[in-house]
Amino acid sequence: MGMTIIQKIIAKHTNQRDVEVGSIVDISVDKVLVNDVTGPISIKRMSEMGFDKVFDPEKVIFVMDHFTPNSSLDAATHCKFCREFAKNNQIFNFYDSVGIEHVVLHEDGLVAPGEVIIGADSHSCTHGAVGAFATGMGSTDVAVAMATGKIWVKVPETIKVTFKGVLKRPLCGKDLALKMIKSLRADGATYKALEIGGEVIESLPMCDRFTICNMAIETGAKCGIIHPATKDCATFKSDIDAVYDREIVIDVDSLSPQIALPDSPDKVSDIEDIHERVDQVFIGSCTNGRIEDLRAAAQILDGRKVHPDVRLLVTPATLNVFRQAETEGLIKVFLDAGAIIGAPSCGPCFGGHSGVLAKGEVCLSTTNRNFKGRMGDLEAKVYLGSPAVAATTAVNGVISDPREVMNE
Amino acid sequence: MSKVHIFGDNINTDYIVPGKYLDNSNPDFLATVCMEGYEEGYSKKIKQGDIFIAGENFGCGSSREHAPISIKAAGVSYVIASSFARIFYRNAINIGLPLIELQDASLKVEEGDAIEVQFHKGIIKNLSKNKSYKFKVPPDFIVEIIKKGGMVNYIRMNNLKSLKD
Repeated sequence: MGMTIIQKIIAKHTNQRDVEVGSIVDISVDKVLVNDVTGPISIKRMSEMGFDKVFDPEKVIFVMDHFTPNSSLDAATHCKFCREFAKNNQIFNFYDSVGIEHVVLHEDGLVAPGEVIIGADSHSCTHGAVGAFATGMGSTDVAVAMATGKIWVKVPETIKVTFKGVLKRPLCGKDLALKMIKSLRADGATYKALEIGGEVIESLPMCDRFTICNMAIETGAKCGIIHPATKDCATFKSDIDAVYDREIVIDVDSLSPQIALPDSPDKVSDIEDIHERVDQVFIGSCTNGRIEDLRAAAQILDGRKVHPDVRLLVTPATLNVFRQAETEGLIKVFLDAGAIIGAPSCGPCFGGHSGVLAKGEVCLSTTNRNFKGRMGDLEAKVYLGSPAVAATTAVNGVISDPREVMNE
Repeated sequence: MSKVHIFGDNINTDYIVPGKYLDNSNPDFLATVCMEGYEEGYSKKIKQGDIFIAGENFGCGSSREHAPISIKAAGVSYVIASSFARIFYRNAINIGLPLIELQDASLKVEEGDAIEVQFHKGIIKNLSKNKSYKFKVPPDFIVEIIKKGGMVNYIRMNNLKSLKD
């Protein structure tokens, strides 16, 4: 019987020829990732388990990105703790307040097709976009992986997600991701892998692939994966007779920009059905803070002004993205429009750091979650959409369709 | 006999421990903010030995281990739900918080019901309704991890260098 790409990657990391869906196996890991929220607990757990060294300093990556630049004494203490541990362990892949983990890893080429990536952050599934088996776990699991280079996993069933048709810009990976989550629902893929493909994906740039795999977790999935584009990666390709849990096909020909309504990423509507004024717009995060996202936003904001009742926050995902945006003149476009530029970090996405919402306020955000209270008060509302939707919304003060502005 | 707290579907990690508290990983502190994103001051309602009952997809969202840590530290003895999100499931086991999957859990128990759990036998008794329900006991190694109080003790007590040693 044939195997899926995920089965093949897992099998290779167990030194078995094949692995059966549903079996529990111990696999070796290629990269282990922690951040400033989860890392301190992992370090403590490692020590409690009786380990003082990581299994391989080159395969462990620390990224300080959630509460950076440090927003509290506790956050500063956690980052210092991580910094000291990394120094003692000679971990050189230490990214200190220079950007978001799921973006810096790709910029520095730290993940590759066919690898196993374990991250103590639920959005670690982002890295499936390069054809890796990448999954999020908690601090204790990751402590085990950091100490031993191994972790147990249950070999997941796979749901095939096929996008067909032609994607018309300004629609982008975010619209595909939200449509996929709407189809599968918030727990539709729990414990399962999503194998994302089809003609739309084959011609899709990496940035959009990252966005889609990033949001695989919002369906409960263990991981999302896209077959690597290059012919050299033939080893990691699902067999023709691979067995799938099921397949869903999404036609994008007549797709409208997609918006997730409060309070769940699976509560998705076409933009035509949404009429809501906003107080704040956020463009950034591991979902949509890449240079292509900033370009899409700047294209709309160029020569326009942010609505007087709206605060527009733009946070480049990393310093490199920031620098590139500066070189291309995008930062000037944002500033001229009246936007506020934040330091590269997770920023307002999780309500812990900056751009916090007050009671009754409404935000349109390019991030990945809009749970009640996610970005501030329990009675604030968060809508999710693409960077193009965000930019148009910032100008109009109400959630707006970018296609209307671009046709003006 | 334990008091129950009934929740609906998709109780996410932001409800359990909001992001603004993630710069603190002290269990005693996390106990005081348990379910703070669901309802302000909720932790005051939780007593030692209480049981959480919920619908589908309990613990969805982020990988923050702070979530099960806060539930355990607040004194909750079991979380019973129709289903659990994957990362939360692993996290809870790893820190020694027992989870039970029971179909239609939130429909079988009402606020105020007295519940008794016989974890190793796979039986939940609703003493108020005079009914008992069977559930599937998790695989042996998972029960073993819970019994030892979590992954740290499991590794230490078995003197493991890796999980399959």
